[in-house]
Amino acid sequence: MKIKVFVTPKKNVLDPQGVAVGHALQSLGLQSLTGTRVGKVVELEVAESDSPEFRARLDQLCRDLLSNPVIEDYHYDIGGL
Amino acid sequence: MNIAVLQFPGSNCDQDAFHLFASGLGLPTRYVWHKDPALGPTDLVVVPGGFSYGDYLRCGAIARFSPVMRAVRDFAEQGGLILGICNGFQILCEAGLLPGALIRNTSLEYRCMTCDLVVEEAGPAFNPRVLGSRVRLPIGHGEGNFRIDEAGLTALGTHGQILLRYVDNPNGAMGGIAGIRNEEGNVFGMMPHPDRAFERFHPSTDGLAVARAVLSVRFPELSRKSA
Repeated sequence: MKIKVFVTPKKNVLDPQGVAVGHALQSLGLQSLTGTRVGKVVELEVAESDSPEFRARLDQLCRDLLSNPVIEDYHYDIGGL
Repeated sequence: MNIAVLQFPGSNCDQDAFHLFASGLGLPTRYVWHKDPALGPTDLVVVPGGFSYGDYLRCGAIARFSPVMRAVRDFAEQGGLILGICNGFQILCEAGLLPGALIRNTSLEYRCMTCDLVVEEAGPAFNPRVLGSRVRLPIGHGEGNFRIDEAGLTALGTHGQILLRYVDNPNGAMGGIAGIRNEEGNVFGMMPHPDRAFERFHPSTDGLAVARAVLSVRFPELSRKSA
């Protein structure tokens, strides 16, 4: 089973990288731009199938390691990659 | 007195921190490797600066899970003194031993310079009467932009947990915060480097007083000796 975990800066947390990338996009002509956030994607492959227990474990791992809940949000897609 | 300086893969200020305490303050100091599950008899744990685990994922995120960190957590819960400098501060925040987080500098630049810092009222050991109203310490970091939610920021102020603030904010940190302590008053973290400010060829020697102030939380006789 393949999982994609998306980690993004929280909406109310300053994202200096997003601001800089946004400026560059505007200078390349994207005048309609109203927001840019830069995050990261972590791809996992696990040798087990989806289950509520697995999702509970995955959520815990996302909170403990893959994201920092003080500054970041996460969500994930399971399978179908 | 026994100082333990942690070493992670990618630590690069471990020797600076060692010499601050060993040569600068003349105290028995030793290294503890990150795979060591025990600290041994220790009066202060120093989490040094650097780029532990290459700053992969987030600064300090992986170091937090090193075996030694379990011992550090136990040590903190028993009231043991801990000082995190730069990457060490980032590790302590990631580990939840200090509140908040450190994100990319607003400028996106790595900032390497000497900073004037305002000394805040952070308890009987760390305040302007002990350290003077300002100290001057070097910084060198790309992720020193301190972030915390509004309630957390208010709590830091209410409990006297802010140690140092930048006079000219180099990284965008909320409230110009350069260093904090936990509410209990035994875990300290700061982006500026006292370990780069104690030799005659350093930009200042204020690192000695800052290190002594942290130690004097448990060992008040040290501050008297320095007076």
